[in-house]
Amino acid sequence: MKIRLTVVLLLLAIFTLGLAQRGSAGHVNILYWQAASTLNPYLSGGTKDIEAASLVVEPLARCDQDGNILPWLVDEVPTIENGGVAADLTSITWKLSDGLVWSDGSPVTSADVVFTGEYCMDENSGCNSLQQFDGVASIEAVDDSTIKITFDAPKPFPYGPFVGATTPILQKAQFADCIGANAQNCTDANFAPIGTGPFVVTDFRANDVVTYKANDNYRVADQPAFATATFKGGGDAASAARAVLETGEADYAWNLQVEPEILAGMVAAGKGTVVTAFGANVERLMVNFTNDDPSLGDYRSLQFANGAPNPHPFLADINVRKALSMAIDREILTEIGYGKAGKPSCNVLAAPAAYASTANDGCLVQDIEGANKLLDDAGWLPGPGGTREKNGVPLKILYQTSTNSVRQGTQALVKEWWKEIGVDTELRNIDAAVFFGGDPASPDTYGKFYADIEMYTNGFNGTDPEVYMAGWTCDEASDVTNDWLGSNIPRYCDPAYDALAAKLSSTAAFADRVAIVKEMNDMLMKNYVMIPLIHRGSVSAHSNTLTGVQMNAWDSELWNIAGWNRK
Amino acid sequence: MFTFVLRRLLIAIPTLLVISFVIFFILDSAPNDPTGNLPLTIPPEVRQKIRDSLGLDQPMYVRYVKWLRQFLIYEPLNLLEENTGIKIGDSEGRLRIVSYATRSPVMELIAERMPQTLWVVGVAYLLGIIISIPIGVISAYRQYSIFDQVGTFVSLIGFSLPTFFTGLLMIIIFGVKLRWFPSVYDTTLVVKDWKTFVLQVKQMIMPVTVLTFFNASRLTRFLRSSMLDNLNMDYVRTARAKGQKEQVVVWGHVLRNSLIPVVTLIALGIPGIFGGAIITEQIFRVNGLGQLLIIAIQGADIPLVQTLTFIFAVLIVFFNIIADVAYGFLDPRIRYS
Repeated sequence: MKIRLTVVLLLLAIFTLGLAQRGSAGHVNILYWQAASTLNPYLSGGTKDIEAASLVVEPLARCDQDGNILPWLVDEVPTIENGGVAADLTSITWKLSDGLVWSDGSPVTSADVVFTGEYCMDENSGCNSLQQFDGVASIEAVDDSTIKITFDAPKPFPYGPFVGATTPILQKAQFADCIGANAQNCTDANFAPIGTGPFVVTDFRANDVVTYKANDNYRVADQPAFATATFKGGGDAASAARAVLETGEADYAWNLQVEPEILAGMVAAGKGTVVTAFGANVERLMVNFTNDDPSLGDYRSLQFANGAPNPHPFLADINVRKALSMAIDREILTEIGYGKAGKPSCNVLAAPAAYASTANDGCLVQDIEGANKLLDDAGWLPGPGGTREKNGVPLKILYQTSTNSVRQGTQALVKEWWKEIGVDTELRNIDAAVFFGGDPASPDTYGKFYADIEMYTNGFNGTDPEVYMAGWTCDEASDVTNDWLGSNIPRYCDPAYDALAAKLSSTAAFADRVAIVKEMNDMLMKNYVMIPLIHRGSVSAHSNTLTGVQMNAWDSELWNIAGWNRK
Repeated sequence: MFTFVLRRLLIAIPTLLVISFVIFFILDSAPNDPTGNLPLTIPPEVRQKIRDSLGLDQPMYVRYVKWLRQFLIYEPLNLLEENTGIKIGDSEGRLRIVSYATRSPVMELIAERMPQTLWVVGVAYLLGIIISIPIGVISAYRQYSIFDQVGTFVSLIGFSLPTFFTGLLMIIIFGVKLRWFPSVYDTTLVVKDWKTFVLQVKQMIMPVTVLTFFNASRLTRFLRSSMLDNLNMDYVRTARAKGQKEQVVVWGHVLRNSLIPVVTLIALGIPGIFGGAIITEQIFRVNGLGQLLIIAIQGADIPLVQTLTFIFAVLIVFFNIIADVAYGFLDPRIRYS
């Protein structure tokens, strides 16, 4: 498979250039409006760092644009069929390709891979990809090129460690003294890791710019086509788009969260192309199943108050939740706020395509009349001010999200629609660093959810949704016992759902996994635990002179930069 | 004079200590989180481990004392060692102030940013002063003339238009339409020959113009009104009555007296140069100290924010003293003893 990919890329390169040669295409300018802070992906503060590092350090296997796992530093991806994954699902064995060398010329061995695992799993490293090593009991070198990863329980999806841009292989020789608490002090290594990728770092200025040159020891003889590259950071998304689409100063610009009409105007200049890729991110409304009344004091937003269940006064009624969802026109939200970067979604799990359910597509059509009727029938009748109420409980919603102009636009529209069904909405926005920050003392975090409805985007790393879907089990409910850090933000709890999650974690066959995941998604959707709004894609732009760009939502966007070329 | 300066410097020490504590306290109380910008897919337990690895599990006073020791003892010692090559004590084991986001010494980040900030913001400040003095003087001397009217109009525009507007306007006119100047500042450019010098000038023109326009407008307004106050003073009439030349009256007497408030303004603005120009740097991607500060604030990079703001505080206190001393030279009536 590896060979086939190489051949395809080779043919492509020959086809486009006539003859291809390493470094023949000169210089490529990449613009990320968030500057890279470090080139060690394990200590990174976000996507920008991981992608800047992806030119240099590489994992054993990557995901392509459709979410398929591709062998990268190995010849084939281990499966049960080829014997790479143990029949009892407790281990996976990777075999490195022959002749792999680091950019400094030394050979890549299984010791490097084992070391990388130890590096991330060390208690004091502060590694942010730890989740991918979840359940790993040991990583051992069988011989110089074979690595066996053993799990402490059967792992139906064993492609966590060393697959994808977040867990690349580090060179043991370089990072040997940087493990644990020392990880913080290895500035030189963190700023210029030695890798196997198409480029090597020549200069790194934190939060500003990275410059690279082609790796002389790269395993494909005529790649990369570019001799040098810069990865410039800073500024804002709109000016980054302008630099590619209008002035042509940059060849590639990342994450262009720009108002759709502004972007369309820039594309009209004819210098560049906008590309999108849809990953797992879905912008959704979270519904609070627990009472967030401030008068409850410490029992706010907890499942139990003084030992008694503490349900939300009106959101506990499924009819209200359903009506809120029916009143929303997702097409309009997408058109106004996201343009090419979004698609209306009725599922909290919208991708990879194989897992996406079609059972909930009815939500795509707005139905204010139906929502009104539903509330009428359920006994929620309009009160004096037009706000519906039942047994003295008015439908008054506090709707919070992070500060962001698109989100505030969405809030305003949703508020209007809800007004039409007799729901009074108060809007609130909180600075992203506070809202998404984990400070247990702050009342404003998304985890505490001291509101009725909140909106944000979430998804998952890699292509397997098991961990993501397990996030809405009873145990995960975000509350004071886990410092408000549980991933079940709505505090929804259904033993039937928990049973499905348990079943998923012991099922290996792909088709069965898909069926279970779909069932879980549909269960959440039919209960209106969350109200999905928009399947969000990432939008980037590249110069029309650049060839070979293949946007990828499942890995680094720059995953195939070795094959990029100049027209 | 000497005792005055010495006294002021001694008073500055407790002031700065209090300032440093206040900054630390405010930053610590602010509800922000260095792991807040990580993708949501990273689970909370992992975030907690990252926070612990950054030392955030220690109580606030411990972190404050640690920072103070690093800033006042370790960092100056490191600076000394790097410049002189003398090794003092355990130089390897000394913990430096390390940024949360980059995990690299804060002082190195600051040193890396200094050149572009001093070049762009510093040059703009100098140009602003050079331009504003003649305009301010002539505007006041020929009050209500065409020159004054135009000068007032232009400086009011410069004063009231925010730099994010003028900057964007310049990019669209000179960057996008005319293609004269680059809109992305290249911080890696090294000036080594005529060609790179031209490139450097070209990439500096837009940000420097934006900042100069703003600085000059402000100073012109101040100087003009200060000149107007002084032109009607008795000593001006006396000077003229003595038969002194008009040039001597204006440039020698009136300007010198008018500069007193303006010098304060200029001196107190100098720390601002080191603070960078947050918005202008961001627009043109100059990536100097201003951009470093704003990224640090957004990313809750507390050691970096703390160190940068404290350095600004030191500079402000220092230039306050300089301004006071400068009064003594400009105004013989003011004497410190």
